[in-house]
Amino acid sequence: MEQVYLLIPLAPLFGAIVAGLFGRRIGRAGAHWVTIAGVTVAFVLSLVSLKHHVIDGAPVFNAAVYTWLVSDGIQFQIGFLVDNLTVLMITVVTSVSLAVHVYTIGYMEEDPGYQRFFSYIALFTFSMLMLVMSNNFLQLFFGWEAVGLVSYLLIGFWFKRETAIYANLKAFLVNRVGDFGFLLGIAAIVTYFGTLDYAQVFAAAPDHAATTIALFGGQSWSLMTVICIFLFIGAMGKSAQVPLHVWLPDSMEGPTPISALIHAATMVTAGIFMVARMSPLFELSETALSVVIIIGAITALFMGLVGIVQNDIKRVVAYSTLSQLGYMTVALGASAYSVAIFHLMTHAFFKALLFLAAGSVIIAMHHEQDIRAMGGLWRKMPITYVTSLVGSLALIGTPFFSGYFSKDAIIVAVSHAQIAGAGFAYFAVTIGVFITAFYSFRMFFLVFHGESRVDPHTAEHLHETKPVVTLPLIALAIPSVIIGGLTIEPVLFGGFFDGAIDVASRHDTVAKVAEGFHGAISFSMHALVSLPFYLALAGVAAAWYLYLRRPELAGRLREKLAPLHLILTRKYWCDEFNSIVFAGGGRMFGRLLWRVGDESVIDGLIVNGAANTVGRIAQVLRHLQTGFLYHYAFAMIIGLLLLLTLFVMPAYF
Amino acid sequence: MLDWPILSVLIWLPIIGGIVVLLSGEGGARRTALVVSVATLALCVPLWSAFSTATAEMQFTEHASWIPVINANYALGIDGFALPLIVLTALITPLVVIAGWQVIEHKRAQYMAAFLIMEGLMIGVFAALDAILFYVFWEAQLIPMFLVIGVWGGPNRVYATIKFFLYTFFGSVFMLVALIYMYFQSSSFEILQFHGLELNLTEQILIFVAFLAAFAVKIPMWPVHTWLPDAHVEAPTGGSAVLAAIMLKMGGYGFIRFSLPIAPDASRELDWLIITLSLIAVVYIGFVALVQQDMKKLIAYSSISHMGFVTLGLFIAFTIFTRGGGEIDGAALGVEGAMVQMVSHGFVSAALFLCVGVMYDRLHSRMIKDYGGVANSMPIFATFMVLFAMSNAGLPGTSGFVGEFMVILASFKANFWYAFLAATTLVLGAAYTLWMVKRVVFGEVASDGVAALQDVDAREFLVLGVLTACVLLIGIWPAPLVDVLHVSVENLLRHIVLSKL
Repeated sequence: MEQVYLLIPLAPLFGAIVAGLFGRRIGRAGAHWVTIAGVTVAFVLSLVSLKHHVIDGAPVFNAAVYTWLVSDGIQFQIGFLVDNLTVLMITVVTSVSLAVHVYTIGYMEEDPGYQRFFSYIALFTFSMLMLVMSNNFLQLFFGWEAVGLVSYLLIGFWFKRETAIYANLKAFLVNRVGDFGFLLGIAAIVTYFGTLDYAQVFAAAPDHAATTIALFGGQSWSLMTVICIFLFIGAMGKSAQVPLHVWLPDSMEGPTPISALIHAATMVTAGIFMVARMSPLFELSETALSVVIIIGAITALFMGLVGIVQNDIKRVVAYSTLSQLGYMTVALGASAYSVAIFHLMTHAFFKALLFLAAGSVIIAMHHEQDIRAMGGLWRKMPITYVTSLVGSLALIGTPFFSGYFSKDAIIVAVSHAQIAGAGFAYFAVTIGVFITAFYSFRMFFLVFHGESRVDPHTAEHLHETKPVVTLPLIALAIPSVIIGGLTIEPVLFGGFFDGAIDVASRHDTVAKVAEGFHGAISFSMHALVSLPFYLALAGVAAAWYLYLRRPELAGRLREKLAPLHLILTRKYWCDEFNSIVFAGGGRMFGRLLWRVGDESVIDGLIVNGAANTVGRIAQVLRHLQTGFLYHYAFAMIIGLLLLLTLFVMPAYF
Repeated sequence: MLDWPILSVLIWLPIIGGIVVLLSGEGGARRTALVVSVATLALCVPLWSAFSTATAEMQFTEHASWIPVINANYALGIDGFALPLIVLTALITPLVVIAGWQVIEHKRAQYMAAFLIMEGLMIGVFAALDAILFYVFWEAQLIPMFLVIGVWGGPNRVYATIKFFLYTFFGSVFMLVALIYMYFQSSSFEILQFHGLELNLTEQILIFVAFLAAFAVKIPMWPVHTWLPDAHVEAPTGGSAVLAAIMLKMGGYGFIRFSLPIAPDASRELDWLIITLSLIAVVYIGFVALVQQDMKKLIAYSSISHMGFVTLGLFIAFTIFTRGGGEIDGAALGVEGAMVQMVSHGFVSAALFLCVGVMYDRLHSRMIKDYGGVANSMPIFATFMVLFAMSNAGLPGTSGFVGEFMVILASFKANFWYAFLAATTLVLGAAYTLWMVKRVVFGEVASDGVAALQDVDAREFLVLGVLTACVLLIGIWPAPLVDVLHVSVENLLRHIVLSKL
């Protein structure tokens, strides 16, 4: 199996290299065939591994591929850890990636950077696979930064657009702030555990549960809390949690296929995956778990609210992604790691679907993205319409759809959580259900129903997109409906993650969920007597009433709630704050150090100052060199007198 | 071991080659220079393969009497610290020769000769085991660099050369005094004898400070760094590449070869000073780099910031000793990281200066504002530039990551705040490098000049391609480089952990 595991990341890498270096020679078709072939191989082999581990019950695979370097007795290795968590992740990554690859053929059809795009997304698939298959912190960090790099390249794919290259720089820098914390977390692990290997760290972690370190003066901190919070800062960057969320909405400047693949289904969930992988560490620090649950709850609630006022079709989906990532983070904080991963999986399918459906609309609308300029598209684009409906229903947690199972499991798990912040989180995720339903169907109704507001020229040519676009939509719609119901029982309650995810028994909220679980169907039926279901229903109804039944009401409401509307459209002024305080402040500080520190003080005062002083002294001294013999003779006599006096004088004292 | 004096050949082949080029005139100057520099590089193959990683003893040693009156000898030999730097020197020189192939039209033979002679002298610095020999090489290589900037440099070259010369000369005079003092103590100029010299704390501190004056200027450390941006701005592309890639490394090498082993107690006493200056370099200079408008200045400041990791990696060792109860465990990571950082910075800074050179040759401007949208007209070049920029920003998988990663991990062992401040480079380094890339490489075509740019030609492709290979190789598999260091690093640490008092 070792070769199989190795091939899974290498096949897309091969595709990426061929398409990237020989793109011009192999042509457009060559580029998409070679990358799709690579990803298909990875997908098929992922299924093989899935079967091997989940059905055949193969033992966990944990081995090094090669040694990167050895220093100080610490092995820095590249190696794979393949267990149930890994096989689930690689299957999700490769399947969504495959769908996106196929879809790209249609979406990027006319783009001059066609080969480059395929090379990038295949490279992304490789990086993401290396990240989730890693058995150590080094490779985790490698994959972590590599997906960040590809994300940077893809957000700025249309590098002529000022907004795109602004967004990609912002994304990279904000992620680097997260990585800053992440790296310090890894450094702490190396310092106290002397190894980067997961298994060794996890095994030794309980021994360090009571270790404390001093950070500020004499104050001592729990080592585990420090490590976990630093690692979580990394997760906040990658998984766009408040306040490091600011890059994700802007990342929509990239082409839509990558919004689906990278900024919805896979890369942004890396942080969630990482925390789940580190569950043996997080379980040792309730403080860290509280931080996680509070940050997640804030993101889930407040980012969902912003989604309500967005008019760009992709940005609505982007804010929805932020909010859903918040849900996953809340699940992590509630120690329901398996539920977080479960929601990660269902979300990957339905959110990729929603993005690709949005992309399909964008193609049909000739790159118009404003939902106020749409409406009534359902007649023209039936497949996109139906698949969007499926995606939206899954997102808002309609019973029997995949999103219902994962989201409801989160809400139930949080209701059982005991740690500080859980109460607020429960409130946030419950209210969030209404908000999710409201913004989802606001968009859905504005795009597909009601009067057409499409400009007449576009309307003439408006038609369903090609099969190469719609087939991936259908392919993703199927798991969006069924995957939740099919897998909830084995994944959450069947000991699926035993050995991969560790939960202390006093935190075990999933067990509480299990108590109330009697099969997928009865779990769905239970919705009828639970609050979230009615909240979702209310959200859809409100959206219908405000945007279809009485559209003029929406405008009036907006005026009534002008201050609130302003706060939401300005996104709580996070961007303004960052660009003034951090970007502007950084530049000002830099200029100050440069102009004052370097130029005035060091160069002006010291370096050139020393030179000038020497010059000035020389200016004075040169007057002594007159060239007249009698001046020199006089000086000699004076000198002789002085010296004689010095020699003779002491005798008199 | 080899039965022929390979180090002497490595030193004198380029020097003699340079003299031949100088005498033979313009005609075949380029070709001769290329042959000589490639031959020197080829000699590194037997050097590397015959080098034993099992011993910390000096290898390939040569010894001949030179100036018997003062007992100065022609003594050569290398260990794991010197080997990678010699190979780096031999690798960069042919690239610089190729890069200057067409650009240099004025006094071509002298230009090529200067670089060859400089190569030999720099290899001499890394191979010398006699302090006077070291000092001669150290000072002598200032002359060709002085000429390169002074003759082929930009409009403000006179100010820059004088500043460069006085700054570095100022530093090395103190070093000479220290060397002479130790000669009187040991009646020898053997560097290895200096290592064993019994010195009391006052002597050590004075010697340490004298060496610091020389090496801090060379690296350069804050606040004696201001010559570097000026020198880079005025230097021709090749001069900048050699200056950044190799000459700065002489400072780091000096700490390893002289300061630490000769004055271990002074190093321990004054490690706070070096660590503070290193962290200032990382953070302060990172901010200064952010606001530069001249690409060469920006890369120069980035060099200072990156070299901060070298001094940090070397001097955190003492805190780690103390924390580990006098054991050397844990300190090797920092020292090896410092060495890897030096090699990597050699590749990356040279590559970035050569990239600026490629653009400068076409548009005759180094200012960021004169560019924009270069990727439109030069897609291949843009790919290289983005790659090197990423390496400069410490992206894993490229060489720029390895050393910084190792040093940050090690500094956490010493003190959380060291690691915290050092790790700010993750954000600052990315900010200044990628902001420059955004304004230069990406965006709409900014001017007719940019629109008319020709993509890299075969020669430029070769130069940047070789550096790409190096950057990726070290990034993906640094083990061969680090393995060369292990024994020498351990030997150094065992030496400096013991007090001489």
